[in-house]
Amino acid sequence: MELSQMTALELSRNIRERKISVSDGVESVFAQIRKKEKKIHAYLDLFEEDAYKRAEQVQKGIAQGIYTGPLAGVPIAVKDNICIKGKKTTCASRILENFIPTYQAEVIDRLEQAGMILIGKTNMDEFAMGSTTETSAFGVTTNPWNTAHVPGGSSGGSCAAVAAGEAYMALGSDTGGSIRQPSAFCGVTGIKPTYGTVSRYGLVAYASSLDQIGPVGKNTEDCAALLQVIAGHDQKDSTSLRRELPKFGLTSGEDLKGMKFGVPEEYMAEGMEEGVRNTFLASLKLLEELGADVEFFSMKTTEYVIPAYYIIASAEASSNLERFDGVKYGFRAAEYKGLHDMYRKTRTQGFGKEVKRRIMLGSFVLSSGYYDAYYLKALKAKAIIKKEFDQAFEKYDVILAPVAPHTAPKLGESLKDPLAMYLGDIYTVAVNLCALPAISLPGGLDGRGLPVGFQMIGPCFGENTLIRAASAFENARGTFPSAEKGGIKI
Amino acid sequence: MKQYETVIGLEVHIELATKTKIFCGCSTEFGGEPNTHTCPVCAGMPGALPVLNRQVVEFALKAGIAANCQINQLCRFDRKNYFYPDNPQNYQISQLYLPVCHDGWIEIETSAGKKKIRIHEMHMEEDAGKLIHDEWEDCSLVDYNRSGVPLIEIVSEPDMRSAEEVISYLDKLRCMMQYLGVSDCKLQEGSMRADVNLSVCEAGSGVWGTRTEMKNLNSFKAITRAIEAERERQIELLEMGKPVIQETRRWDDNKESSRAMRSKEDARDYRYFPDPDLPPVHISDEWIQRIRNTQPELREEKQQRYQDELGLSDYDARVLTESAHLAALFEKTAELSQNPKKTAAWFMGEVLRLIKEYGTEPEKVCFSPKHLARLICMVEEKKVSPANAKKVFEHIFDEDTDPEAFVREHGLGIVQDADLLQRVLQKVLAENPGPLSELLGGKEKVFGFFVGQMMRELKGTASPEAVREALMEEIKKNRR
Amino acid sequence: MAKIIDDETMENVCLLAKLSLEGEEREAARAEMQKMLTYVEKLDQLDTEGTEPLSHIFGSENVFREDEIVNGNQKDAMLFHAPRTKDGQYHVPKTIG
Ligand SMILES: [Mg+2]
Ligand SMILES: [Zn+2]
Repeated sequence: MELSQMTALELSRNIRERKISVSDGVESVFAQIRKKEKKIHAYLDLFEEDAYKRAEQVQKGIAQGIYTGPLAGVPIAVKDNICIKGKKTTCASRILENFIPTYQAEVIDRLEQAGMILIGKTNMDEFAMGSTTETSAFGVTTNPWNTAHVPGGSSGGSCAAVAAGEAYMALGSDTGGSIRQPSAFCGVTGIKPTYGTVSRYGLVAYASSLDQIGPVGKNTEDCAALLQVIAGHDQKDSTSLRRELPKFGLTSGEDLKGMKFGVPEEYMAEGMEEGVRNTFLASLKLLEELGADVEFFSMKTTEYVIPAYYIIASAEASSNLERFDGVKYGFRAAEYKGLHDMYRKTRTQGFGKEVKRRIMLGSFVLSSGYYDAYYLKALKAKAIIKKEFDQAFEKYDVILAPVAPHTAPKLGESLKDPLAMYLGDIYTVAVNLCALPAISLPGGLDGRGLPVGFQMIGPCFGENTLIRAASAFENARGTFPSAEKGGIKI
Repeated sequence: MKQYETVIGLEVHIELATKTKIFCGCSTEFGGEPNTHTCPVCAGMPGALPVLNRQVVEFALKAGIAANCQINQLCRFDRKNYFYPDNPQNYQISQLYLPVCHDGWIEIETSAGKKKIRIHEMHMEEDAGKLIHDEWEDCSLVDYNRSGVPLIEIVSEPDMRSAEEVISYLDKLRCMMQYLGVSDCKLQEGSMRADVNLSVCEAGSGVWGTRTEMKNLNSFKAITRAIEAERERQIELLEMGKPVIQETRRWDDNKESSRAMRSKEDARDYRYFPDPDLPPVHISDEWIQRIRNTQPELREEKQQRYQDELGLSDYDARVLTESAHLAALFEKTAELSQNPKKTAAWFMGEVLRLIKEYGTEPEKVCFSPKHLARLICMVEEKKVSPANAKKVFEHIFDEDTDPEAFVREHGLGIVQDADLLQRVLQKVLAENPGPLSELLGGKEKVFGFFVGQMMRELKGTASPEAVREALMEEIKKNRR
Repeated sequence: MAKIIDDETMENVCLLAKLSLEGEEREAARAEMQKMLTYVEKLDQLDTEGTEPLSHIFGSENVFREDEIVNGNQKDAMLFHAPRTKDGQYHVPKTIG
């Protein structure tokens, strides 16, 4: 089998069985990067030299029995809002253009302990605010299936890298769908874990109560293995949970007999593209054929999810991004008159449009006289939405949902109408509001040959149920074509 | 002129005596080289996250319980957002909606008698960094060593009416916190800071005036002066028919005047909201009970006990309990010497005398109680004379000297040697034949002269009683 | 009826957020914000009577660290990032005077 077509687990197995070397895997990635990166622009920074050095280290470590895990030797890409010591972490923003942290994220420590190889930092929407990776200050990433289209966002670089074979797997972050939606657009698989499962230490915050790092991979098994590596309690993050971790992976059989799936009928309302609807319905049918019990039910809070989400996310963002002020790190405007002018010029020049928009909205909804009407109201709505999900999970093991009402839009189409872009997050944001785990996996292709994904949403701590169901679905569906095989040749 | 009443409420910030900062493992030690006690968390680096120091909650609860507060058993941290370089995140983690303690009171005593001052709330928060103005370059420099040092902010109700009450309240708080071990409360080092909210109103009108907030008050004296000045300023405005503007004013102690701090860019809209990085704090009944059970004896109780159990006077008990540190030293010494009254006399006399003489603070006194206790016993056992004991104590106070060794090495001990006493006696008698005959002739006054001569000869190492006894014996012998 | 984002509100928001948007950018931002606020007012239709605001989904257990010094002197690493420093401190425009 061609090396770049292997899954991460297959690659590592071959490495550990000494059939190939760690450097072979690294080389296959960089070969692909040389071939495709010019058009895709998935990366903001590449660590080629370091990666080969590290490959030698890991090769020795495997021989010495230090790295025995199922992902030892696997090259991985990291979203550029996750700090790696000594490497630029820009969040795709001018304001952090030259920021090199002297500390690193807990997840990076864990990748290193698992014997994985860091190959670069991936492009994203600036500070993870966006759904297309077009708000990056350092250029857009294109969709490996069709480079005239966006990869989705905000983890567009991570998902495009995996889809293009420029990485075996990647880390993304998901605040309102930022792993799941680009995974769907790029035909790869991504997991948004239960809030608190993966440490946020070293993840540059967008909205602290919603952010969660998660795996992106070629299939569910790969993602489950990576989740195993990065999950776990971290005392540096107060919101990190002391949950007993299962072994993430297939727990039993491959059919879905006895499992109950619910589909919110509101999700099927108007506005969904034909190709998305057809693929979604076909996926439901396949799940039924596997023995699952699929049923439509009503989620009455659906229409309140986006308003509540955008109020909460932008409020937290406005506060989280106050620290970027030109004093301690990052960009400082060249000319200014006095302190407050320095703040204003630095921030006005340093942040992009979308970020400024959300900071302003967030500042407004928290400001005196409006807090109760907007922010507090949103927290109450969150409570009600959460309750409705809790009730749904009393009846269903898994909630099925599309990921987005459409497949990957063309470059330059989305930013014209931000509200319409926000509305595209209708199926993904409730998961973050309610701290739920969800997996996004490809269901098929639309009429234009663009991937269509769908989501399985579980109750808190229900990752393994999702992994089991998704794996069963994958087995029945068969290997999803790669962008190279199935997409428009680039 | 109309009669005016001054209405004062205080916001007191107290730095807690923890080893580390409120949300990171950096040292809180005072006075380090700039930015040497900082880390990604307290320097506001992207991706860094706060983790709450348990001891901060413990201290806040101790303070709240001592001040008769109600406890919010579910309390939470909120972010207070404002741009200023002393705060690396540009938000301060504080508590607004659910502060740890609320609705308490403490009792103060002034010349007018006792009075309860109500406490509106007490909350936990982080301190800001230090900004210094660079004279040479017209810029400011930021040091984040203090950034993240834990504080409790104690907000009183506007129950005070004079500077005297304010000082009494602050002194009471300071004493209470020191007794609790919660803070050293040093105004000069900024570990206790008070902002004064003041308004004036026409006496008896019941209509409250507009208040101002005064900051940068670094001593009790400055507070008193600032209160007087602000009261006068506000009355003057009212007399001229001008309104008092609600504002924050900065006190300049050199100029003895204040000036408004607000500028156009200081929009005072803090946009408080619950900090999503910090889960709520749950305070169980057991936790509160444990703190109640282990709460140290506070000043009032101690004062009473010194009178009841140790038989000290009201005055002595009051003076000895002024400083928690000194009181602890006293108690330990009294316990070791088994003589509370004598120990109290030593503290009231020599210890306080030396503190005053050296111009030091009671908190800095650091001799070992066992050394003073031993000295007290040595006097009782007549091993050293009271006069020499005072000299020995100066060495204990300065260098924590072992009195036993010191007395031995310097030959200050009282002579138990009867032969030596006899030899000195005979020498003194032989050298003073005139006074001797006067003495033998019945002139009692000369007795004192011989005692003095002998004491000088013995360099104070004999007890006056022993000298007197030997002399008496000699006279009897000669008269016989 | 939606809150109208007038010039004064825009100015206030810019002041709070420490941003200065001028001309076209400001007008565009104002219009976007207006649209967003009008949209989120859909929440008014949701009956939240008697519902407690939910700030933290988890958080039934206390999370503390013990009061132990774990950080040494990291001054150089901290100041390494700063756009401007002087005498081991962060250099900012004059804050008082
Ligand atoms: Mg405060
Ligand atoms: Zn620190």
